[in-house]
Amino acid sequence: MMPRRILPIATALLLGTFVSAHAATIQISVENMVFAPAETTAKVGDSIEWINKDIVAHTATARNGDFDVTIPPKKAGTLILKKAGTVDYYCRFHPNMKAALIVTP
Amino acid sequence: MFVRLSAAVAAVSMLCGAALAQGAKPTDPQIAHIAYTAGVIDIEAAKQALHKTKNKEVRSFAEDMVRDHEAVNKQALALVKKLNVTPEDNATSKTLTKNAADKRAELAKLNGAAFDKAYVENEVAYHKAVDSALETTLIPSSNNAELKNLLQTGLKIFQGHELHAEHIAASLR
Repeated sequence: MMPRRILPIATALLLGTFVSAHAATIQISVENMVFAPAETTAKVGDSIEWINKDIVAHTATARNGDFDVTIPPKKAGTLILKKAGTVDYYCRFHPNMKAALIVTP
Repeated sequence: MFVRLSAAVAAVSMLCGAALAQGAKPTDPQIAHIAYTAGVIDIEAAKQALHKTKNKEVRSFAEDMVRDHEAVNKQALALVKKLNVTPEDNATSKTLTKNAADKRAELAKLNGAAFDKAYVENEVAYHKAVDSALETTLIPSSNNAELKNLLQTGLKIFQGHELHAEHIAASLR
């Protein structure tokens, strides 16, 4: 007999597969001390890839504390979106660099 | 305070203005030397701040200055090596270094909140002066396209520093 709690786990696994099959990678450029675009719309499960073209390091840091991604110079930093909502983020090293992620379910 | 700030700003702008007035446009080896020296000065100022400050915001700003100016200067060194250019010491670099040493000595006498305020306000004035020198003299005078490009990159970064410093200065007031 299958214990009752297996079902939700199995469902979650299936759902996980389903989501990842449709997940996209969305790139945000970081160049000349600017996040571009300043507003990015994505879905839960998508990956955000910040491509740092600058010679200095940046971060993508959520105002609400949800994430803090380091983006080394001439490299990328990635984040998998886990929950829906609008998140304002900035660069901790250069606080005048600001942008937003709009995450839909 | 205002008098001292404008004096700091005037130092760099006058230097570059004077150079222009004499029709002595700085050469690429001189520009490379000035830009590199300006970076070293800000790294040294940041190291002094890291040694003295207890303010979290000022500390992280100083860490940002070391990280960014070291990154830019590393690129500058790589570029002059690639171009086979030897940076050439000059009157502007010498005056910048002299003024910076005076400023460090002045800041060394201050402690706590007085130091933080003076350091950050000097960072605002210093970045303003350097940014203005880059915009009006160093970038227009540079001949080599790669050097010009690196200076333009530096300008964007330093303008960010200027805004950051202004923000902290406002919070310390």
